[in-house]
Order: sequence, then C-alpha cells, then structure tokens
Amino acid sequence: MMDGDIRQNTYDDGSRDATDGEQKIRNFNINFGPQHPAAHGVLRMVLELDGEIVERADPHIGLLHRGTEKLMENRTYLQNLPYLDRLDYVAPMNQEHAWCLAIEKLAGVEIPRRASLIRVLYSEIGRVLNHLLNVTTGAMDVGALTPPLWGFEEREKLMIFYERACGARLHSAYFRPGGVHQDLPPELLDDIDAWADHFPNVLDDIHYLLSDNRIFKQRTVDIGVISEEEVQDWGFSGVMVRGSGLAWDLRRAQPYECYDEFDFQVPVGTNGDCYDRYLCRMQEMYEATKIIKQAIALLRLPENQGDVLARGKLTPPKRGDMKTSMEALIHHFKLYTEGFKLPEGEVYAAVEAPKGEFGVYLNSDGSNKPYRAKLRAPGYLHLQAMDHMAKGHQLADVSALIATMDIVFGEVDR
Amino acid sequence: MSEEALKELAAHIELKRPNDVLKAEVAFGELTVTVTPSGIVDFIDFLKSDGTCKFSSLVDITAVDYPTREQRFDVVYHFLSMYRNHRIRVIAAVREEETIPSIISVHPSAGWFEREVFDMFGIIFSGHPDLRRLLTDYGFRGYPLRKDFPATGYTEVRYDEELKRVVYEPVKLVQEYRQFDNLSPWEGAKYILPGDEKGA
Repeated sequence: MMDGDIRQNTYDDGSRDATDGEQKIRNFNINFGPQHPAAHGVLRMVLELDGEIVERADPHIGLLHRGTEKLMENRTYLQNLPYLDRLDYVAPMNQEHAWCLAIEKLAGVEIPRRASLIRVLYSEIGRVLNHLLNVTTGAMDVGALTPPLWGFEEREKLMIFYERACGARLHSAYFRPGGVHQDLPPELLDDIDAWADHFPNVLDDIHYLLSDNRIFKQRTVDIGVISEEEVQDWGFSGVMVRGSGLAWDLRRAQPYECYDEFDFQVPVGTNGDCYDRYLCRMQEMYEATKIIKQAIALLRLPENQGDVLARGKLTPPKRGDMKTSMEALIHHFKLYTEGFKLPEGEVYAAVEAPKGEFGVYLNSDGSNKPYRAKLRAPGYLHLQAMDHMAKGHQLADVSALIATMDIVFGEVDR
Repeated sequence: MSEEALKELAAHIELKRPNDVLKAEVAFGELTVTVTPSGIVDFIDFLKSDGTCKFSSLVDITAVDYPTREQRFDVVYHFLSMYRNHRIRVIAAVREEETIPSIISVHPSAGWFEREVFDMFGIIFSGHPDLRRLLTDYGFRGYPLRKDFPATGYTEVRYDEELKRVVYEPVKLVQEYRQFDNLSPWEGAKYILPGDEKGA
C-alpha cells in the first residue's frame, strides 16, 4: 500500500471502514528516475498519475549538464572537437561531423574527396551503432532480453572498426576540420566490407525476434502516435518525423558531404506510432549497410586515393614534411598552440545524425576560439514533447516512449 | 538553397513586414533577418503561416552575450521549413533589463529553449507559462553563459563525511585558473607584452 491509496476495507463481521468527507481521491506523483534503467541515463521525471494513467509528465533534465558550451568558448576550435564526441556518445562521429562542417563552412574549405567518402562511411557506421542500441534496448524496456545481447555483439565489431580507424572505441576525435585524421588501411576496408555482407543476416534475426512478436507489438503498436502537425509543432526531426510519414531526411533534402552520390532509400512509416518508428530504424540499418558497401567500393577506386586532409591553414602538415621543412614545423606548432582563426560571422551547420537533426550554431569574432557555440541536439526537442506524448498513456508506456524518442543524455544535457 | 532564392525570400519578407525587419542579409549561404524584439511573436507567426515562407518547424533558440553593447544580448532563432526546404535565422537584440515576448503560442517547442536561455543568460521571456531553470542545479544562482561568469563557476560540491551529505562551498582553486590564449603578439592579441609598453 502506498501513500495516496484510497481504500475501504470490509471486515469479517460485515462492518466497513467509516468514511468522511476528508478522504478524497487525488492524483499520485511519482519520480521516474534519476536512477531507472529505462530512463536511458540520468532523467528525473515527475509523473502525475491518475491510477495508472499519466496525467502530466515533467522531465527534469540537466543532471548530466557539463557546461560544454561555456567550456567551448574558452578553447580553440580544434580543442573543442573532442567535446562533440561526448554529446551523443552512442554515435560520436556524427556529432564531430556537424562541428567540422560548421568550421569548413565558415572557413570556406573544401575537403578532399577521399576524406569525404571516409566521413560518409563512418557516419553510416555511427547510424548502425545508434540504431542497434536504440532498437535492442528499446525492446528490453518493453520486456525482451535477447535482442540487446545480439545487437551488442554487432556493436562491438563496429566499435573495433572505430578503434582501428582512430585508436578509440568511443571518443574518436577522428573527423577533423579539413578532412579526417588519418587514412584507413586497406585491410580495414576489407573487414568492414565482410561485416557489411554478414550484417543483414543479423538484422533478419532481430526482425524475426521482434517484428511479429505479440508482446512487442502489444507494447508498441498505437503507442505514442504522432501526427504531421505535431511533428512541426514540437520541432521533431529524424526518425520521429519519418515514422509519421514525412520523407524528410537531411541527407536527401539538403545534401552535405557527398551523400547525393549514394543510392539509398528513406524509409517512412504510416501510423507514426512506436512500432512504425521501430520498423523505420530497422530499415535504415539495411540502407546504412548499403551506403557502407557503396562507400567502400568508391574508396577502393584508384581515382579516390590520395590525401585525407585539405592541407592549408586548418590542418597540420604531413609528418614527413615536418622532419625536413622549418615552415612545416612552425605551422604545426602554431596550429596546436594558437590554433587556426576563422573569419568573423555566424553559421549553422546540421547533419542527419541517427537521432535526428544535430546542428551547430557557430558565432565567430575572428579569433581562434568560438565566441559562442550552440549545440542543437535532436533528443532535446523530443524529450520536451514527453508531457504532450505521455498524457493519457499508461505508466508502463512511458518507458516505451523514452525508447522510441531515442534519448541520450549526453546530448540533451550538454 | 541558392543565394538568389534566399535573396528573393529576404526581399519578400522585407516587403511584407517592413515594420519588423531591421536588416536582412545573406552570408555563408544563410539568410539572417534582424527584427525588433517587441513584434517578434507576430513576425514569427507570419513566418509560419505565410505561403512563401512556411517556416513550420522551430530548430533552435539561443542567445549571444555582447557585454560591451548597449543592447547586450542577441536572441537567435533558427527556423526550418520542411515544405519549402529552406532555413532562416532571426535575430532580436535585447537590453539586459528588457524582456522579450515568448513565442510559445506559435511554436510550443519554444518552451524548453526559452527556459534554457533564461537559465543561461537571464533573459526573461514574457508570457512563458513555466519559466523555471532547466539545465543547472536546483537552487543555482547566476547566469553561466554570460561572458562575465567565470568558467570555473562560484561554488563546488563535495561529500561531507561528518554531515553525511553533499555540501556546497565557494570554489577554492589550488592554482589560479589560467587562460592561455596563445594568440600571436603580432596579430590578434589585444594585450601588451611586459616590456613592450613603449612600443605600443
């Protein structure tokens, strides 16, 4: 029995509890989190319940707030890059991508073709990393235990690809303004290719586990239905839009990097419920695998060999040059102490991160540090609509909603 | 979106809302419109409902602090139209003591953004139904993203073994926080190097 329960007991002799006017039915407030496994991080949500129906949800965020934007104002552009990894730590390179695009837009730098292809390759690996985590732990939130075990096996392989490209499994700092840090060895491309051949089978297995599973469907079909109008009102992006039938994908609508050369489909849902969004994510993983295959084929072509950094003011000189050239050595020293300067102005650069539109608003005063950098995370807007979406749902659906919104607190709290 | 199309859009907005728009310019392939803060709600409602603009989706609200300016803050809005496939940036400058109307009636998603700007900069959005702090600690004081707020903050927390709880204390730094700017003294650095006073 919990506080707030109204009960009237009947006893053996037929008598009942006396009631007076002071006993009233009132709503029950509970704290969901901050330590709740289905909160996907440190979310404290105050839920007002009428029985088991959610009347109001008030998410309290900021428990993981690290002041990233303040710190960024005190550091050079290059020093700031690793902070982007720590936002959405499920798919780190996609965030770095937005940061690099903003800098390149402001500096007017064109990156080499090979770097562009590597960025596409690793952005899509990031997408698979993210969706694998989201789909499988989302299934865990509604009661299925096997999918995460299968999904994490694949994530492990992908993280090893991360590690082989840049030396770190999570905080990669691999995309740099002007290109990517280092070229990929040919064996790594072979291994990613082999993985991409095999991965659709794993997806088929997960499909087999979940898509027709009665419990999974009961927990997701018609839960959290989002209409097109709500998508616009609440500023949704990514799968939250596509699940509702709008074929909106920044890779298509406002192509960046060399996405316009790739052949892929943008899967959309029809009902805009949690189940459709699950299907969209599954399908996007197939599409991402297709892009990965195409990117590897392009990276192997002889005309796409060469440098991976646009040599110039933004990027360091080649290691070999530094051994022989005084100017290269000075350039390297200045780049890693003073850093590069960007022209005065403001830009907004966005990428289609796995969770939605991840954007960077960069305001430069012409010095070596950003005057103001604002990170626009998709999960922030999704979580904001929690109150709107959860209203009228059962308490147990809240965890399904958090899962379908794809929330990671690194990017929400910044 | 081509430069031409953005210029056309800017001209269209200027023509339709001459009283609101102070300046419209295209830079780095992006359209920036500076408006007066008092008419912001109407202006944004226009951007949302006008057939040519159709900026149906709010992308971001943030602010930039310029402590030396008379109108200290720039409140920066970003909008996106999924139907017309274009973006716009709207800037409204406000004084420190001035409030700016909340656009929550036009875009419900402005709620948290405005709370965050209030939290970080102390700009008050009039008409916001729930202007609480969002990202900072419960009971936090000060506005962290203002330029005069130190990066180290004013308080630090630790667990007190005797009191058996977390206590807040003023920040004690073993070593003064050092801000290395590493700017070249020949270009960019605003300070004078010791011994160089005569030359300056």
